Amino acid sequence: MFSLLTHIGRFTLDLVLGMGAMFLFLLSAVALAFRRPAKIRLIIYHIKTIGVDSLSVVVLSGFFTGMVMGFQGYYSLRKFNAESWLGSVTALGLLRELGPVLSAFMVTGRTGSAMAAELGTMRATEQIDALYAMAINPVKYLVSPRIIASLIAMPLLTAIFDVVGIYGAYLIGVGLLGVSSGSYFSGMENSIIFHDVYSGFVKSLSFGLIITWVCCYKGFHAPPMATGVSRATTESVVLSFILVLVWDYFLTSVMQ
Amino acid sequence: MIRVVDLHKKFGAQEVLKGVNLEVAKGKVTTIVGTSGCGKTVLLKHLNALLLPDRGSIWIDGTDITQLGQKDLYEMRKRFGVLFQGAALLDSMTVFDNVAFPVREKTTLAETEISKKVQERLDQVGLEGMGYKYPAELSGGMRKRAGLARALIMDPEIVLFDEPTTGLDPVLATGIHQLIARTQKTFGFTAVVVSHTIPQVFEISDYVAILVGGVIEEMKPTREFQASQNPVVRQFIRGETEGPIQVL
Repeated sequence: MFSLLTHIGRFTLDLVLGMGAMFLFLLSAVALAFRRPAKIRLIIYHIKTIGVDSLSVVVLSGFFTGMVMGFQGYYSLRKFNAESWLGSVTALGLLRELGPVLSAFMVTGRTGSAMAAELGTMRATEQIDALYAMAINPVKYLVSPRIIASLIAMPLLTAIFDVVGIYGAYLIGVGLLGVSSGSYFSGMENSIIFHDVYSGFVKSLSFGLIITWVCCYKGFHAPPMATGVSRATTESVVLSFILVLVWDYFLTSVMQ
Repeated sequence: MIRVVDLHKKFGAQEVLKGVNLEVAKGKVTTIVGTSGCGKTVLLKHLNALLLPDRGSIWIDGTDITQLGQKDLYEMRKRFGVLFQGAALLDSMTVFDNVAFPVREKTTLAETEISKKVQERLDQVGLEGMGYKYPAELSGGMRKRAGLARALIMDPEIVLFDEPTTGLDPVLATGIHQLIARTQKTFGFTAVVVSHTIPQVFEISDYVAILVGGVIEEMKPTREFQASQNPVVRQFIRGETEGPIQVL
């Protein structure tokens, strides 16, 4: 019994310490992002790695998600003779939920894991120590530009996901299943309000922050060995997914 | 110039440094030898505060660096150059950019001046014309030389060498040792070398210290160290398995 309590106590302490360390890491990265000199070239480079390099998977997943929504939406709405609402249902689903969440998942898989692996390898090969030794703050050099880049790239990727998804659903609903093109777009126009776009934007922004924060933290603190890097990569992806979903629930509940 | 006093460091339950005392003379080469895994690199990483001790102090020109705040710590590190065991070159950059990196980050020099300075250092370490290559395209010896060029680019007062010849063949190891000696004479920096490549490393050292069991067992001028009758030093220099140093 005493041993069990010891284990629970140790686990809780480790958890709290870990969360505190993660939070301090984020605070320091955000604070350093505002300190001069601004790393403009690095930010642009990371916008490319996070944004441009993830574009193909985001477009592909957005397109197929939209097509699936076209089918599912059509057959569900047909039961109530409400096929004309297909555009509205698709756009609302994509703008509010699926766009931000699925593009966050795609970016985590495509770029977040690479971030964790890259920083983990840099830790293992003493490149992070070398930065400290050269009196260069590695958090400012490696993490802050990635955070700024993700805050710029994620909303853009999400917007692209939404547009491609809406087009995918249009192709299925209008092109294949015979929904009127006019009702598809007018339904969308009538039901979408600024708040829907805004909540999607806020979600994508915060998901970008979560992904970069978690993946950079895990890579930065990876044990300096091959298994350490692989574990950090796996943990960063899993934790990012979980935090994105939990934060999505929280935001959805407060932004209704 | 550098004084280490009663330095202790633990990793989990393992106490690596158990009260290290060491003095490093200004403008000289001090080599720390010891068996693999005895804590030489850990000790070296304390000298520029890459690791912080659990107990003890490190004095550099009268300042205890273990008590410095973040800002002063970064200022203090500007006085150091470090050649890491695997050179630790940033693999996303070319050799030229690696060597230029600290200058670009820490000074406001124009690109033409940076280029001239980098070229000069690359020439000094025998890497002329190799600046365009990436670290992955270099051999082990070339990587070490590129790391040395980067360590020297900011004209540091103190240079730390972590196993500079590990993994190199004897000919190349001698070449790196000669390069360290030559650059030390040219620039006059204080050097701390961690190595177990003996007796070659004695040729470049002014002082040698041996780290055994988490403490400095003996530290002497090189010739006296080589002639030492201390059984620990004798066993280490002769490479014997029998003696006070527990091998297996």
